[in-house]
Amino acid sequence: MPLWKPDPTFYASPRDAVSAPPEKLAYVAAFDPTSQGPDAVLVLDADPDSAAYGTVVGRTDLPHTGDELHHMGWNACSSALCPYAPHPHVERRYLVVPGLRSSRMYFVDVKKNPTAPEIAKILEPDELAKRAGYSRPHTVHCGPEGLYVASLGGANGPGGRSGSVGRVGDDGPGGIALLDHDSFDVLGRWEVDRGPQHLAYDAWWHIAHDVLVTSEWGTPSMIEDGVVGELLLGRKYGHALHFWDMRKRRHVQRVDLGDQHQMALELRPAHDPTKQYGFVNTVVSVEDLSSSIWVWHRENGSKDGPWTATKVITIPAEPASADALPPVIQPFGAVPPLVTDIDLSVDDRWLYVSCWGTGELKRYDVSDPFHPVEAGSVRIGGIVNRTPHPAAPDVPLSGGPQMVEVSRDGRRVYVTNSLYRSWDDQFYPDGVGAWMAKLDSSDAGFGFDPRFFPNGDDFGGLRVHQTRLQGGDASSDSYCYP
Amino acid sequence: MTDGSLAALVVLGAFHGLNPAMGWLFAVARGLQERSRTRVLEALPAIAAGHAASVGAVALLVTLTRSVVAAQAVALVGGVALVGFGLWRLLSRRHFRWVGMRLSLRQLVGWSFLMSSAHGAGLMLLPVITASGSGGGGLTGAHAHGMGHAAGSAVSAAVFVTGVHTLAMFVTAGIIALLVYDVLGLTVLRRAWLDLDRVWAVALVGAGAFALATA
Repeated sequence: MPLWKPDPTFYASPRDAVSAPPEKLAYVAAFDPTSQGPDAVLVLDADPDSAAYGTVVGRTDLPHTGDELHHMGWNACSSALCPYAPHPHVERRYLVVPGLRSSRMYFVDVKKNPTAPEIAKILEPDELAKRAGYSRPHTVHCGPEGLYVASLGGANGPGGRSGSVGRVGDDGPGGIALLDHDSFDVLGRWEVDRGPQHLAYDAWWHIAHDVLVTSEWGTPSMIEDGVVGELLLGRKYGHALHFWDMRKRRHVQRVDLGDQHQMALELRPAHDPTKQYGFVNTVVSVEDLSSSIWVWHRENGSKDGPWTATKVITIPAEPASADALPPVIQPFGAVPPLVTDIDLSVDDRWLYVSCWGTGELKRYDVSDPFHPVEAGSVRIGGIVNRTPHPAAPDVPLSGGPQMVEVSRDGRRVYVTNSLYRSWDDQFYPDGVGAWMAKLDSSDAGFGFDPRFFPNGDDFGGLRVHQTRLQGGDASSDSYCYP
Repeated sequence: MTDGSLAALVVLGAFHGLNPAMGWLFAVARGLQERSRTRVLEALPAIAAGHAASVGAVALLVTLTRSVVAAQAVALVGGVALVGFGLWRLLSRRHFRWVGMRLSLRQLVGWSFLMSSAHGAGLMLLPVITASGSGGGGLTGAHAHGMGHAAGSAVSAAVFVTGVHTLAMFVTAGIIALLVYDVLGLTVLRRAWLDLDRVWAVALVGAGAFALATA
């Protein structure tokens, strides 16, 4: 039902969004690592005044198995206020939940009963393949005129084509499928001209500049059975950013970060629509196992000159004895930080960096994006350290900080510990476990909330990946007004 | 043109100007993006021009048709079309979908033309155009003799209707744009942006019903 006034969770500007009320619930994508039982959307109580604070208060099982839930997005968000196609009287009501392995997408109603979400629609994989030519839907963003679903694979991947698999990576290209945000039908392939782009991962935009950015991981055959050493050492994973004309849907420029920097993943553009910069992480350097964070920007700070990227943070590997390391990295004698997610606060001030390998969550002050200043760090989990959570100081933890989400007011940071099923099993072969933590963040400091630590059996045997906060969060909304 | 018709034209112009979707919001956004009131002001005439083109096309079509077809037939057909379009707007969840913030002023004229046309802005004026002629002597008060003369007065009638309507739209949109840009700020959207598209759809149905009733 349309609303008479704009949905109260829509904000015209990031300045307004910062004053949004604290979330009371958090939605977490969770999957069954055995693929025997269903994956689920979990609901966590995030209201500190509630008796159930920090516990799972709802769980919606999906009707299929083996979906491997991963990321989620909203059917509508603040971009509905954008002036060129305004429609702010729709509701932020449905979580769009892709199965990364099955390519099936679920549309989950969280408004009718917020703690017991209901599946409103299921989009089968062949719809996505037939209409858009894609598979392995990953990132979902709500644009003013439809849903953008960045997908890793083409329609004819190894899973879809009978017979032998050809050259590695030829089960692409991955790209963006455009979905109708009312009917949730697949409208088609977004790209009119993809230029040299073949690998895909994340997508986001500078909405007020008509610029879309995409990043690169690998095609399904390159990732689904775990990281492939030969491909990694052969520098075959993605290492470039792609810039697109959002109006014409055409590829404009490829910016290569250097092929030693393997896997360019999460895109976090500045929320301020007058700005044209953003952050991206690369997971591992094949030269020294470091991870790095880059800022993309216009050359010489011009308004519409060519794009470029500058490395602003390097996080080194930490020496470790070989017997503490899983086989996949044993030869290197060091544990790589494996920065696999980053998140930028809505005020564009704090950048949170997940080091999934070393088990560290870092906070940087990026007020000056070209000169980040480290301003806090916590340790938890890690391949070698196994640092416990303060709430259970005797329990060593597997996995590390992975998906990180920041509340709109920037005061609360949520983090979960699973990366991707087959990769979890490679880097944490004795079990990655399942845990979620919350941190409080302010000028005064950055540290764990001892009251918020659901873990292990609390998740009913599922692993936990992305968190979406009720009403929106730092990586869900984009704004057309400064 | 009666006083009532003139007032209706002005009121509808103000109503169209009031709707954020018709362009004042876009003007404000352009200004905010570059922190420049000039950007707001230069966008408004472009938006009004696009609106005028959309409304003018409908006005011209109706007045020209009226110069050769019985007024009653025009009102009946137009009224039915209007009620149908209004109901569709009311029931459909489809909205205008355009991608792009960084438009040249010329593109902004095009955007406004399409936005106004998709909303049926010109159609809403139909009863004013058809009703005003039924009294005496047509819109301009001229007694038409012969086809050429009739067409000529039809054109001038369309221009008059479009001009009055667009002026009211332009003034309203301009006042609101500057008020929001300089005084109120965009937080007002959260409180005050009623779903005018639904009011709009009801207005379309009402206009169609009026055209039918007075035909």
